[in-house]
Amino acid sequence: MSQLYRTPLYTAHQAQGARLVPFAGWEMPLHYTTITEEHQAVRQRAGRFDISHMGRLFLRGSDALSLLEWVYTNAVATLKTGQVRYGLICNEAGGVKDDVLLYRLPEIAPADLATDSSSDNPLSQGFPYLLVVNAANREKILAWLETHRQGREVEIHDGTFATAMVAVQGPIAVELCQKLTDTPLHDLRYYHGRYVSYRGQRCLVSRTGYTGEDGLEWIVPQSQALPLWEDLQGLGVTACGLGARDTLRLEAAMPLYGHELTEEIDPFQAGLEWAVKWQEKDFIGRQALLRRREDKNLPKRVGLELAGRRIAREQCRVWQGEQPVGWISSGTFAPTLQKSIALAYVAPACTAVGTRLEVEIRGQREAAQVVPLPFYSRRRASS
Amino acid sequence: MNPEQLRYTETHEWVAEQDGLVTVGITQYAADLLRDLVYIELPPLGTRTEAGSSFGEVESIKAVSDLYAPVDGEVVAVNEAVVAEPQIISRDPYGQGWLIKIRPAANARWSRLLSYAEYQQQIAQQA
Repeated sequence: MSQLYRTPLYTAHQAQGARLVPFAGWEMPLHYTTITEEHQAVRQRAGRFDISHMGRLFLRGSDALSLLEWVYTNAVATLKTGQVRYGLICNEAGGVKDDVLLYRLPEIAPADLATDSSSDNPLSQGFPYLLVVNAANREKILAWLETHRQGREVEIHDGTFATAMVAVQGPIAVELCQKLTDTPLHDLRYYHGRYVSYRGQRCLVSRTGYTGEDGLEWIVPQSQALPLWEDLQGLGVTACGLGARDTLRLEAAMPLYGHELTEEIDPFQAGLEWAVKWQEKDFIGRQALLRRREDKNLPKRVGLELAGRRIAREQCRVWQGEQPVGWISSGTFAPTLQKSIALAYVAPACTAVGTRLEVEIRGQREAAQVVPLPFYSRRRASS
Repeated sequence: MNPEQLRYTETHEWVAEQDGLVTVGITQYAADLLRDLVYIELPPLGTRTEAGSSFGEVESIKAVSDLYAPVDGEVVAVNEAVVAEPQIISRDPYGQGWLIKIRPAANARWSRLLSYAEYQQQIAQQA
């Protein structure tokens, strides 16, 4: 295996006793204590995650908007400055190359732009767009953008290594993060971001996350990663690894690339039609998606709850009587719900809530039932 | 039980012999490696065990592992408490977290068993 990348927080993770594992080409913390404890910290208080492995691609140029509209399934032109939007990048056949967050970055007053073009903080250079892509897909998407720019005037800057990314998630995450900056955070709306001043540096904070909980995601210059991580520790924010990130996102039924989303699965199958503006614009994969939309045989994503405690893992077969009707894309034992849950792709006839199915786990059939998604949703105070 | 006085399989079970019965559990090392135990499957009383063959499985959020019998025999006791609450194994693997008791068959075959020191050496090599 080739050399694994390490985030700027690697030595901090080691010092904290994290179990470090290879993930998408990076050496990342799986857990520091136990997945269950870290999971509960996020549901009840606040947790911090090093997600610096995510790809951060900055775009600018007079044709940046046109390139993004062409490769991205959701609307770009309607993004207001400071807004963040989830969408897909599809191949010509309508399969998903990646699921991404697109940021329309806030404007920076000309006087505040980094005058030195060699400044290594891409957050200070006035890029209008930022794509946050999955770590495993960063190089693939960079190549895809190059292939499809076709003479467009656009600069694509991979800012992954010059920056770090830390998610702070949980009911008191915003309140705690406010202690780290004078820039107000409480009025930041869901799926919006703003620049904040943190230790004199320009950082980007957005009200986004992958846990089903309220919270923020910080993108900071690489040099600020360790101070931020330690400041959060000082505030009592629990360090959480990829294990808890997975159980949290699964309870919230958020798809994970490589599991619920692949180049063979289209956004309609995955239940992401809301992120595909096929009626409003043209984009790569649209023609194929129009055909696939009419295909009534394609399996669809559902949530399953198992009767027992065994975990239905990826690729387990799903049965209805003697008929194989689908497969498991992800499964876990949900710490908040104390139930074995799974996401599965099943034949359209089996998608109704309440449908009784069986999952084949290591040669044995386990009873399961289609349940509404998400498995877990937080109680919202407002907004 | 005192871990230093137990014997060990290469597959991370501990083994204690007392009054003609063999008690089997998993080691602290294995429990730590698995973490977050959610499910354990143990055989019904009377099940025949074979040295080196699976008698059950232990599942954590991360992975499933087979449990291997150290000796040919018959299951004469099953710890129902750990079936109801698998986390007991993580808290007290050598005491309340025991799994089954086996009555060895006549002329029973045994798995290769390691001393405490040999087992420590094995996990040091794996780490």
